Amino acid sequence: MMKRKGLDLWVGVFVAMGLGALLFLALKVGNLASFSAAQTYQVKANFDNIGGLKKRAPVKSAGVVVGRVEHIDFDTETYEATVALSIDSRYEFPKDSSAKILTAGLLGEQYIGLAAGGDPAKLKDGDKLKLTQSAVVLENLISQFLFSKAADGNSGGK
Amino acid sequence: MTAVTDVLENMGRRAIGWVHRLGFACRFLLLTLRNSGMCLRRFSLVAREIYAAGVLSLVIILVSGLFVGMVLGLQGYDTLERYGSSSALGVLVALSLVRELGPVVAGLLFASRAGSAITAEIGLMKATEQLAAMEMMAVDPIARVIAPRFWAGVISMPLLAAMFSGMGVFGGYLVGVRLIGVDEGSFWSQMQAAVDFQEDILNGVIKSVVFGIAVTWIAVFEGYDAPPTAEGVSGATTRTVVTSSLSILALDFMLTAFMFRGA
Repeated sequence: MMKRKGLDLWVGVFVAMGLGALLFLALKVGNLASFSAAQTYQVKANFDNIGGLKKRAPVKSAGVVVGRVEHIDFDTETYEATVALSIDSRYEFPKDSSAKILTAGLLGEQYIGLAAGGDPAKLKDGDKLKLTQSAVVLENLISQFLFSKAADGNSGGK
Repeated sequence: MTAVTDVLENMGRRAIGWVHRLGFACRFLLLTLRNSGMCLRRFSLVAREIYAAGVLSLVIILVSGLFVGMVLGLQGYDTLERYGSSSALGVLVALSLVRELGPVVAGLLFASRAGSAITAEIGLMKATEQLAAMEMMAVDPIARVIAPRFWAGVISMPLLAAMFSGMGVFGGYLVGVRLIGVDEGSFWSQMQAAVDFQEDILNGVIKSVVFGIAVTWIAVFEGYDAPPTAEGVSGATTRTVVTSSLSILALDFMLTAFMFRGA
């Protein structure tokens, strides 16, 4: 009888430790605590070019993470990328806020930067952001730079 | 001429034997699942096997997890420092543990620590005709002996893998933050920003459940199928470790290909 009880105790301790480790992984290592439980509202934004933006990339305003990229679609009518952002409902933004695709550092991941506008009306679920700025594509930047250099060189030669 | 045909005959016999065993193994798994009603109702049977398979594997899992995490901390710091991004150490340690190393290394340790013990125990039970004796007493050995061990393995494995990953992250923290002096805040916050609950942690748990099923299935099958001699049991134990290690690695490749192909 005594042995039986000791065994049950150990099995209980083992299962509790396993569940504890899972909880530790979910709350301390992962991001379960920070977002998925919070209420969010969805806003859409069209971009000419999203560069390397990925699903679940952060949406930041003034450097604070206020939401995540929910999904990315391609609009076959305007040939633009449609990005759905889910923003924490604790944070309200003016209706004329603008979205930019930015890069964290030189090699970092891409995220969306929200800049607040001045409209007294707030963004609601299902609204669309009018003002957007595409990702900087490094190749385009380099080719622009090269072309302008070449143009400078020609005019200087004459 | 006869030598050539002998070789061919041998190869063919081996291949057919292998397919036979595979078919029997599948039938055996179905039989185990169908006969697990009894042990799920009498959970104390499973609890005893969880003690043997899980609790007794705790020490090796926790110690290896700690050391794997500490090595990841050292090596990761060394590489990341070259790119001036040592603050991403937490991300590297956590992602590699939660996605790959946790389930895989815990699975390999579980196969050699618990899987081999299960095979040896069942094989010896068969060799000493305990299984036959049970059948004589109208007790189904699959329901009484096999199913509890199977479920105990399936339950223990994800818990052990989670503990391995948790201990590994702690080991990485010890080396990275306490020993080397990476900033504690960025260690945890970058980790939390990069590790997704569904994408990373849940997929890791799914992996460990799959490995648990594979390892315990192979272990109980090899035990049940072992030739009832001393040599047969030792061979079956070896096969358990070899087959389950290989299948863990192969399954891991397949699961990773499904789960983490980028967004």
